[in-house]
Amino acid sequence: MSEVATAVGLAVEGLEVAYGPVTVVRDLTLNVEPGEVVALVGANGAGKTTTLSAIMGLVPAKAGAIRLGDRSIAGFRPERVARAGIALVPEGRHLFPAMTVEENLKLGTIGRRSDDGLAEDRAWVEELFPAVRDFSGRRAGDLSGGQQQQVAIARALLARPDVLLLDEPSLGLAPKTVESVFEALTEIRRRGVTVLLVEQRAQLAIGFCDRTYVMAAGELRLTLTPKDAGDSARIVAAYFGS
Amino acid sequence: MSNVIQYIIDGIALGAVYALAAVGIALIFGVLRLVNFAYGELITIAAYVLAVTSNWWLPLSLLAAVASSVALAVLTDRVAFKRLREAPPATTLVATFALSFALEAVWRLVFGVNGRSADVLGALNTTAISGAIDVRWVTIVEVVVGAALLSAIAIFLRRSTIGLQMRAAASDIRTARTLGVRADRVILSAFVLSGVLAAVVAMLLTAGSPLVTPTLGLEVTTFALVGVVVGGMDNLVTATLGGFVVGFVNAVLGDALGADLRVFLSSFTYLAVILVLLLRPGGLFASRRATGAERV
Repeated sequence: MSEVATAVGLAVEGLEVAYGPVTVVRDLTLNVEPGEVVALVGANGAGKTTTLSAIMGLVPAKAGAIRLGDRSIAGFRPERVARAGIALVPEGRHLFPAMTVEENLKLGTIGRRSDDGLAEDRAWVEELFPAVRDFSGRRAGDLSGGQQQQVAIARALLARPDVLLLDEPSLGLAPKTVESVFEALTEIRRRGVTVLLVEQRAQLAIGFCDRTYVMAAGELRLTLTPKDAGDSARIVAAYFGS
Repeated sequence: MSNVIQYIIDGIALGAVYALAAVGIALIFGVLRLVNFAYGELITIAAYVLAVTSNWWLPLSLLAAVASSVALAVLTDRVAFKRLREAPPATTLVATFALSFALEAVWRLVFGVNGRSADVLGALNTTAISGAIDVRWVTIVEVVVGAALLSAIAIFLRRSTIGLQMRAAASDIRTARTLGVRADRVILSAFVLSGVLAAVVAMLLTAGSPLVTPTLGLEVTTFALVGVVVGGMDNLVTATLGGFVVGFVNAVLGDALGADLRVFLSSFTYLAVILVLLLRPGGLFASRRATGAERV
């Protein structure tokens, strides 16, 4: 991460995920080109988080292909997906609250494919997220929501992933903090990390990302570009599946 | 006064042994959410191996005991528990009961019902201090070994990479896996560590009382498990303290109760446990800030 990475893309084709008899994601195909930042937006229950979980290997895919670069990762366990080069920042951060920030960050390095450049990556995330440096000895559970989000993204970046999955990074954060998270995303994009972002703030996501997929009832309904950010009627219609 | 000091010394010694057993149980619970009732069989097999190898060179005999309990710990996971990873807690609990009773039957068949003598560390069962209070060497060894092992485990969990991963898995195994923590390796480490602790418990118990019976481990585990519940299962430190307290109370009551009441020792201990759980259902040492508690 000290230098601009050679970007790797993510492709999902015909993904189907079911919880028991209920299909929650059906025939989903999406593509994130190397170095792109792509968003997935939609109403609650649209299947966004389930899509990320399936990519990460946390829920089994009933059908479909998932490729990281040229490599198929469908059916991989979560730890193998992580070690293949995908990092997830889950909704709600999921830091280890009783551990220190430093210990959380150390866990972020477990999935690294090489320790080369670790010091540079550490310096970069500290520059990007000052909380990581300022509160390294503090219990992660004692930090504010914004600080926790910084630590969660920093932890994911220390794995030096090819693809970063971000699930609702702005959820529950003050507007100022959301702004700083998106500033950090700009820097992450500049470094060539491929990003798939799930975001409730659709206008913000559409304006920021290279492309935005709108999901409703487990299906992709629409693909938008930054120039569509002002088209509220079209976005609302896609959100509610009409 | 000397009686009180005697009670306290015996209590600390037995408390240290039960604390070790409690850690062994809590480690597995932390990582797998598995209440391993069959943990006692790891103690029993190590004790029987000590009995069978009692004429061997001492370090080799102790090593064989450790190897046997570690091997059984790993085997029980591979054969039984691994297949039940996604099963409801009630199913896994019943499985551990079944495994415990099945293994107890095996000990009866192989070693008989009358017990064997594991007089490997019998030299420790001699008086170190005599006078107003009596202290045997084994009492001193129990306290020293207990404190040293508990400290070593704490350092291992805090300082080593695998220890950090074990703590992460115990806190949130799903998130830990998304970071690249290999669940199988962490679980294996927990079983190996619990096996080592079981062997040490077996050594300390047989040093004090060399008779090994098929129910030796079961008796210890029942009390240690009670200690883990009393202390609070969700945290390794509180679980260890719970094990210590139950051992301490057991030893003190054993000393303090008259000979005619001593047959009711277990009843008195369980009565104390019921009282604690009525007053503190979450455990004697459970923190009010339960969220974010580290289980390992």
